[in-house]
Amino acid sequence: MAAPLTLLLIVAVTIRAALFRSTFAYWIAERVEVVSPLTAWKRVVEGLALLDLGVSPYAGDVFHETPLIIYLFHFLVDYAEITFILADIIVAVAFYYVVKDYNKQVFRKQKFALEADRYPADCHELVRTPKEMYYIPLKAALFYLLNPFSVLSCVAKSTCCLNNAVVSLFILATVKGNMLLSAIFLALATYQSLYPLTLCVGALLYLMQRQFIPVNAYRLSFWWFVAQYAFMYLGSLLVMVALSFFLLGSWDFLPSVYGFILSVPDLTPNVGLFWYFFAEMFEHFRLFFLCVFQINVFVYTVPLAIKLKEHPVFLIFMQLAIISIFKSYPTVGDIALYMAFLPVWILRNVFLVSCVLLMCSALFPVLWHLWINAGSANANFYFAITLVFNIAQMLLVSDYFYAFLRREHHLVHGLYPKKKDGSEATLVLK
Amino acid sequence: MGLLSDPTRRRALISLLTRLNTPICAVCYMAGVAWFMGLAFEPFTLRMHMSENAMGSTMVEERFQAGERALVTAKEFGVQKNKAGGMPVDWLVKAMQDRGLEVFTQSFSRTLPFPDENKERFMVKGTNVYGILRAPRAPRTEALMLTAPCSQGNDNNQAVGMLLVLAQYFRSQVYWAKDIIFLVNEHDLIGMQAWLEGYHHTNITGMEWSPLQGRAGAIQAALSLELSSDVVTSLDIVLEGLNGQLPNLDLVNLFYAFCQKFDVLCTFQGKLQRNDWDSPSGYSHAVQTMMLMVLKQASGHSWGDHGLFLRYQVEAVTIKGINSYRQYKTTTTTVGRLLEGMYRKLNNLLERLHQSFFFYLLPSLSHFVSISYYMPAFGLLAAILLLRALNLWVELSAPPATEDGVANVEQQSSSGVLSVVTPLVISHLTGVALYTLPVHFQEMAVEHFPVSETEAVVLTAIAVYTAGLALPHNTHRFVSGEGTEQGWRVLKLVAVLYLAVLLGCTALLNFSLGFILALTLVPVAAGVTPHMPKFPTACVMVVLSPACTLLFSVFAFHELQETPLSFQDTWLLFLSVISQGILDHALYGALVFPLLAMLVYPCWLLFWNILFWK
Repeated sequence: MAAPLTLLLIVAVTIRAALFRSTFAYWIAERVEVVSPLTAWKRVVEGLALLDLGVSPYAGDVFHETPLIIYLFHFLVDYAEITFILADIIVAVAFYYVVKDYNKQVFRKQKFALEADRYPADCHELVRTPKEMYYIPLKAALFYLLNPFSVLSCVAKSTCCLNNAVVSLFILATVKGNMLLSAIFLALATYQSLYPLTLCVGALLYLMQRQFIPVNAYRLSFWWFVAQYAFMYLGSLLVMVALSFFLLGSWDFLPSVYGFILSVPDLTPNVGLFWYFFAEMFEHFRLFFLCVFQINVFVYTVPLAIKLKEHPVFLIFMQLAIISIFKSYPTVGDIALYMAFLPVWILRNVFLVSCVLLMCSALFPVLWHLWINAGSANANFYFAITLVFNIAQMLLVSDYFYAFLRREHHLVHGLYPKKKDGSEATLVLK
Repeated sequence: MGLLSDPTRRRALISLLTRLNTPICAVCYMAGVAWFMGLAFEPFTLRMHMSENAMGSTMVEERFQAGERALVTAKEFGVQKNKAGGMPVDWLVKAMQDRGLEVFTQSFSRTLPFPDENKERFMVKGTNVYGILRAPRAPRTEALMLTAPCSQGNDNNQAVGMLLVLAQYFRSQVYWAKDIIFLVNEHDLIGMQAWLEGYHHTNITGMEWSPLQGRAGAIQAALSLELSSDVVTSLDIVLEGLNGQLPNLDLVNLFYAFCQKFDVLCTFQGKLQRNDWDSPSGYSHAVQTMMLMVLKQASGHSWGDHGLFLRYQVEAVTIKGINSYRQYKTTTTTVGRLLEGMYRKLNNLLERLHQSFFFYLLPSLSHFVSISYYMPAFGLLAAILLLRALNLWVELSAPPATEDGVANVEQQSSSGVLSVVTPLVISHLTGVALYTLPVHFQEMAVEHFPVSETEAVVLTAIAVYTAGLALPHNTHRFVSGEGTEQGWRVLKLVAVLYLAVLLGCTALLNFSLGFILALTLVPVAAGVTPHMPKFPTACVMVVLSPACTLLFSVFAFHELQETPLSFQDTWLLFLSVISQGILDHALYGALVFPLLAMLVYPCWLLFWNILFWK
C-alpha cells in the first residue's frame, strides 16, 4: 500500500513543482478565489519586510497572519515553495492514516454487530467489504493531492495550506487517540484561524468513545475528561499567545488577526458570502448582521453533535465543511480540505453537485474578467456565481449528511422498511 | 431537498428525462434557434433610451460653422501626404501647434509574424501625432478623445481635416471640463495599439514604441472618425471591438440622438432603419442587421480603430461617413456640428459611462436586445448538453447485467480512466500543434513548396487540422486493449461536460461566438455514438466542425451584406480570414484563434474519436 501512496506523492509534488516554475504561478497567486486577505503570500512578504525594518508587521493593515507564521517564514522564506509542498504532503499522509484507522474501526464495529447478529437480514449489501475499503485511504489522499483546488492553493502559496496541515494533524492525533497532541494541534489550529474551535466537540466525543467514558452530564468521569482536555487545550493556546507576545513585544496581533477575522473589514470579493452583503449593507446594521453571519459557523455544532453522537469522525467532517462555507474569508483551499473526505462515505447526487461545482469553478475567472478587466459586467454577476457555488456546497453537505443518516437508519431498520399497513415505506428528507 | 431525496419523485423525474431525452433535446434545439430568430421581432426588443442623466437632459447649442475650412484643410493634408509619401509628421505637428494644442509624437515599429497580404505590410514603422487641448475649467484628471487614421492613398483625408478644424474650434471654447486628445494614427490598428499601450504603460503585444511625452487624464470616451468624401449621404456606426467587446449602449444612444436632431441618415451594419417592424420584409431586415452584428462580433476582430480602446475600459465607437448614390446629402458642417454636440454632452459626464447596457444585440439603431432576452437562446442549446450528460450518467450508473460484476468493474474503472485520458491528451496536443506549428514552420514550408509565407501559414494550419482528423482514432486501444461500451460513454460524458463548460464561458465573454459554436457543435455532441453508420456521420461531423463553421460564416456574412460571393471567392476569403485571425492574435491579442485551436477543436476531436470507437 505504501508504493501507490509514494507514487501519488511523487506525481503531486511534480505537478506542484512544475506549476511553481510556470508563468501561471503569478496569475494564480493573484486570484481572489485562491488567496484571501488573510492567507495571501504577498501580504506575508510585506509583513516580513516590515519585520526586517524593525516595524511591527501589523502596522499598515496589510498583514493579517499570526506571529508564529511570520517567524516561521522569517527562517524559511527561501524555502517557501518546499514548505508549502511539504504541508500538502503532510495533509495527504495524515488523511491516509486517519482514513485507514477509521476504516479499521468501522470494520471492527461491523464485525461485532455481525457476530451479534444485530443487522437486519436484508441489509447485507450495505455491509462494507474489506475489498472495497482497501483503496479508500489512498483515494482520500488522492482527492486531496490531485484536487485542483489544493494544487492552486499550494501554487499560490496561500497560508491556508499550513492551516490545513495543522487541522489534518489534529484529526490524525485524535483518531490515534493521543489526547495531548490532539489538544495541542487543536489549539494551534484555533490560534491560526479561530474557527477550528468548533472541532473540539468531535474530538472530545471521539476520545471519550475510545476510552469508554459515557457521554453523560451527570457523570463525574465525563466532566473530569472535559476538564483535562480543556486544560491542555487552553494551556497550549495560552503558551502560543504568550509566545507571540514575547516574540513581537506587543498585543498588536490580537485585533489585527482575530479582530480582522471576526469583524470582516476587508470586503475583497472571494468565494464566500460575506463580502457582497457587507458591501451593500447600511452601516448601522453592520454589527447585527456580523453576529448573524458569524454565528452560522458555531450554531450547528450542538444539534450536529447530538445527532452524530455515535459518529464523531463524520461530525468532524461536517464541521470542516460548515467552517469552509461560512467562514469570513474562505478560499478554495478550505474546500479542498473537506473534499478529501468525500471517498470515505457515499453520496447520492454526485452528478448534480459535481456539474454545478465544475461550472462555477470555470465561471469564477470569466466573470471576474468581465467585471474587473473588461468593465462590462458588475459585482452582481460575480456574486451570483458565488451564491450558486455555495448552494452547491450546502447541497453537497446536506446530501452527504442525509445519505449517511439513511445508511445508519437502514442498518437498524432494514433496507426495505414497511409501513404499519405493510406497504413499502420510503424515507424522505423534509 | 424534497425532490432530491424523495426516491419516487426522483425516479419519476429521471425516467422522464431519460425516456424523453431525444425529443426534449430536439425541442430545446428548435426552441433555441426560434428564440434567437425571434429576438429581432419588435415585441422582444427594447426601445433605445438614454440612461445617463448627465447626457440626457442638458441642452446644447451647436455653433460649428467651419465645414468648408475642414475640406480645405483636408486637401492641404492630402497634398502633404502625397509629398511625404506617408504620414506628413512635420506638417501635422505644425498644424496642430498652430491650432493651440500641446503636440507630441510617438514612433513605433513592429515586425509581423508573417506578411499581411490584405494590407501588404510586413515590417511596419510609423509615427503617431497627437495634440492635447487642456481643459481650461477643470483639473486634468479626465479626457475625451478623437482619432482619425492616416490611411494610404487619399482615404480619410477629410477625417483628418475635420479633426484639425474641430481642434481649432474647440480651442476657442471655454466650457471644456475634460482634456481633449486629438490623435492621427498611422497604420490604423497597429498605430492605435502602440499609442494605447504607451498611454496606459502596458505592453501586451511585444511591440516597440517610444514612450509618450504628454499625457492627459483617464480617457472617458473616444470617437474614431473615418471620412473619405466631401459630402456624405449617411453616417455608419461601428461597435464591434476586439474579442467581441461592445461599448456602452449610451454612446450609441448619443450618436443616434444627434443623428435625429440634425436629420442625418444613420446606418448600422450599412443598413438604414425601417419603421415597418410588423411587416415580413421589415422583420427580415431587422434579422439581417442583427445577424450581421452577430457574425462581426463572433469574429473577435476589431472592426474599427475604436475596438482596441474597449480593453482599457474606454468606451469608444467608430463613425464612418458613407457616400452612396442617395439624393439626401449631408454637408461637412453638419457632421462637424454633430461631433461638437456629442463632445459637449460627453464633456458633461460626471462618471465613466456605466449606466446603460454593455451586453446587447442591435436589430436596428432604435431598438436593442438586452442580455436577459438573448441568453435563454443559448441556455436552451446548453441545456441539451446537460440533458445528454444526465442521460449518459444514468446509463453508466445502471447496475451491470452480468453476475460476476465485481472483478469486471475494477478492471473497467482502471482502463476507463486510461481510455478517457489518452484521447484527451492526444487531441489537446493536436490543438497545441495547430496553434504553434503554422507560424513556426512557415520558413520550412516556403523552402520546400512554391508558396508565399502567408499561404504557407494558412495551408499549414489547414494541414494540421486535417491531419488531426486521422490521428486520434482508437488511441485507447494501444493502452487498454479493446474499447468497451462503458468506455465510450465515459469519454462522451467527459466531452459533453467539457463542451458545456467551454461554450458557457465563451458565451459569457462573447455571446455571438458562443452561440454560433453551440449551433453547430451541440448537434454533434448530442448525437454521436459509435454505432452510427460511419461514412455519412463522418461527413456530417466534418460539415459541422469548427473550420466549416468558419467557412459558412464567411459565406453568410457576404450573403447578408448583399455582396454574394462565388464558391471560389469564398474559399479565397476563407484562407485570408484564417491568416487575419492568426495575425489578430499576434498583433492585438485577439483570443478567437487560440480558443478555437486549443479548446474547441480538441473538444470536437473527442467526439470524432467517439464516432470511430472500436
